[in-house]
Amino acid sequence: MVCCLGAVCLVCAALLGGVYVLTEDAIVQTNAALLRESVGSVLPAGGTLSEALPLEVGGTPSEYYVSTADGAPAGYAVKSTVSGFGGPLVLMVGLTPEGKVYGTSVLSHAETPGLGAKCTSDAAFIDQFKGFDPAVSRLAVRKDGGDVDAITASTITSRAYALAIANAVAAFQNIKGE
Amino acid sequence: MSKLSIFTKGFLKENPTFVLLLGLCPTLATTTTALNGVGMGLATLFVLVLSNIVISAIAPVVPDKVHIPVYIVVIATFVTILQFLMQAYTPGMYKSLGLFIPLIVVNCIVLGRAEAFASKNGILDSALDGLGIGLGFTVSLMVLGLVRELLGSGSVFGWKLFSGDGILVFVMAPGAFLVLGYLMVLFNKLAKKE
Repeated sequence: MVCCLGAVCLVCAALLGGVYVLTEDAIVQTNAALLRESVGSVLPAGGTLSEALPLEVGGTPSEYYVSTADGAPAGYAVKSTVSGFGGPLVLMVGLTPEGKVYGTSVLSHAETPGLGAKCTSDAAFIDQFKGFDPAVSRLAVRKDGGDVDAITASTITSRAYALAIANAVAAFQNIKGE
Repeated sequence: MSKLSIFTKGFLKENPTFVLLLGLCPTLATTTTALNGVGMGLATLFVLVLSNIVISAIAPVVPDKVHIPVYIVVIATFVTILQFLMQAYTPGMYKSLGLFIPLIVVNCIVLGRAEAFASKNGILDSALDGLGIGLGFTVSLMVLGLVRELLGSGSVFGWKLFSGDGILVFVMAPGAFLVLGYLMVLFNKLAKKE
């Protein structure tokens, strides 16, 4: 009885180990490609991307990437996590060296389908952050006295989105300040 | 039972979703779009066929007292292999279904078929049974996803049919129950006529 269960476990464990080794490289490559894609979508095209660099964003450890073109930094991509309506909302925020927002992209979210989840597809909402200058405008929804137009019926998600960008900008100021 | 009826019973007579009412948790959770439904159905089909084959092969030598743990280990192994493969080769699908893939281990359809069919029948019959039930599950999930996507987002397989938002409730949990209920009525009416 024990031998039978033991033997089954042994065979299964060996099988899993084998598949893990076979797929390990492909998984690492796929994840790296996905990350490059998301970083690339929020930064000016044509730069050389750095490795992940550690950075504290909004009080939690996160990371950022620097894109270099012609020997000078062309943009910064900061990964920023806040809590949204349904769970963690993870954004990649692209910033120009002057501190303006270049673009944003959602890495993962758990917002309500059809409502908050529109933060990944609502072009009017996403595009308003392109070229957003935190020095001139305030990164908060209009309801809170800021300059961000919220998604209809999804104030909490919009608020979280704006906060994620604000955290990224604040963290970016720390890098620049050093 | 003929080979053909072993295969086809999963679609109508023993349809896992509308007749046996098994595995409803992933059914309700993943059918927000038709494509997600098909993805979840095919993932379950993969695990179901392989675990049925292995379990029917080892069932005669497994002592009765440990048969459930043995079956669960076999099923969990295939689910984890599936997870590795999806992570590596279908990252888009993994992103939308990822959370529910490990839950296939505790999907009652898989253990149910192992207990009720694979442990008492030959390898070929068990493979056919897994294939039939798995395809029945896939088609049911696709239909459920199709209806919810059409009503909730106004699209079919991601193709926008009409502009606007659709009826949001159908994308959310209450809509899943509603659609499942009405489809069940329809399905049982059709099945009775046969």
